[in-house]
Amino acid sequence: MKRILLVSSLIALVSFGYAQTDTTDVFKMMDENDKKAAADVTDYTTATFKSTRVIQGPSIETIGEGNMDFRILHRFAPLSGGAKELFGLDGPATIRFGLDYGITNRLMVGIGRSNYQKEFDGFVKYKILRQSSGKSNMPITLTYIGTIMDITDDSYLTANNLTGSEAITYAHALAIGRKFNDVFSFQVTPTLVHYNKVPVANAKNNQLSLGLATRLRISKRVNFTAEYYHQFDKMEGYEDALSLGFDFETGGHVFQLHFTNATGMTERTFISQTVNKFGDNTRFGFNLTRIFTIVKSKAVAKAE
Amino acid sequence: MKKVSLFIAAGLITMSAFAQKVYKTNAAQIKFQPITEEAGCTNNQVQSILSSTDGKIAFSALIKGFKFSNSLLEDHFNENYMESTKFPNAKFQGMITNIKDVNFTKNGTYKVTVKGNLTIHGVTKEITTTGTIEVNGTKVIAKCNFKVKVSDYGVKGLYIGQKIAAEQDITVTSTYE
Repeated sequence: MKRILLVSSLIALVSFGYAQTDTTDVFKMMDENDKKAAADVTDYTTATFKSTRVIQGPSIETIGEGNMDFRILHRFAPLSGGAKELFGLDGPATIRFGLDYGITNRLMVGIGRSNYQKEFDGFVKYKILRQSSGKSNMPITLTYIGTIMDITDDSYLTANNLTGSEAITYAHALAIGRKFNDVFSFQVTPTLVHYNKVPVANAKNNQLSLGLATRLRISKRVNFTAEYYHQFDKMEGYEDALSLGFDFETGGHVFQLHFTNATGMTERTFISQTVNKFGDNTRFGFNLTRIFTIVKSKAVAKAE
Repeated sequence: MKKVSLFIAAGLITMSAFAQKVYKTNAAQIKFQPITEEAGCTNNQVQSILSSTDGKIAFSALIKGFKFSNSLLEDHFNENYMESTKFPNAKFQGMITNIKDVNFTKNGTYKVTVKGNLTIHGVTKEITTTGTIEVNGTKVIAKCNFKVKVSDYGVKGLYIGQKIAAEQDITVTSTYE
């Protein structure tokens, strides 16, 4: 009997101890919960770049599910026009209007139309890997971008003797990016541009290039961006595209201002057919984007 | 001796009943509308623990858990205002001062006063607010609504006081089972 009593009182003591931690230490329980949750949750990195395009070229970012992005990419005439041409602001400018849509948080599609060589383009972009920490660790974000471009300017087509599908080019890019910290992000973008018919004799149909891009945060709403594409199969008479700019954030917009030697804003035109050297014939340009919510994403619908 | 054992057993039962009066959930909801003209944001994965015995109540919410329908606003909220990489969560640790007024065994809605420390953006402030506790069978639903002055918590930005209200109206709903 004495033994039973001892055991029972021991149990009582132990359970009393439990009761104590259970009822009086709500705060401690919460702290432990938080610690557990931190290890249990995958924290996906956001805003590696501020926009789905670094300047001309794509960034690893995709637009949110159910969001539509109306973009105007605009490049003035070269600065070398001087004061008489108001440093290129008089034009003629090159413009690309684009409409992008986020199907999921990882998959987006877009269409665009440039006045330069009257080119239509369409692209699909998919985030294959997402940089994350916590439960699952991933050092980089990997995004595939596939683009198709079609020139429809009759005078250009006649001059270059292009008929039917010869006017079509494709681009495949793999953007590999990492946000190192809140200040610095870096991206490398191996890109393949495929010409159905090349515009220069002896040029390759498949042209490989490597894009380098970075984002440096200057202040809460101002970021410095730079983008350079090195071509391994450069066609004669063409240059590598270099662009330097600033991203400004204002509410629902991101406003990008930059200097570039590229004339066009599609993979074919800016990567492989940039004619001017940076410095000689630099252009001032801007990207304007306005994001609209078309469909509430599942995560938001669920949360409401 | 039998009497003693019985007494101990009875004591044990009471104690375990005592111990169970901790209510938990990982699906509490916090809602507010940071930008006056835009749709609000919601976090429905908030952790909460409530002790019915001493009235202690705690909340913990991941800042990244606040979902916006516009992904750009969500990015700005995290990066420019809440700095969620530096301050990943918001917390509340406090007391329901009149917990004695709530009968957890009887269905009904009880008015309560909550007092405690609210931590947002790494800054802790003491707040007092009123709310309700609804007892419905085994379910306990805590609701409250309070105002938070953005500048009290060191959150800075160009649009605060303009597009973004200087004082935010926060709604908390927590269903414990």
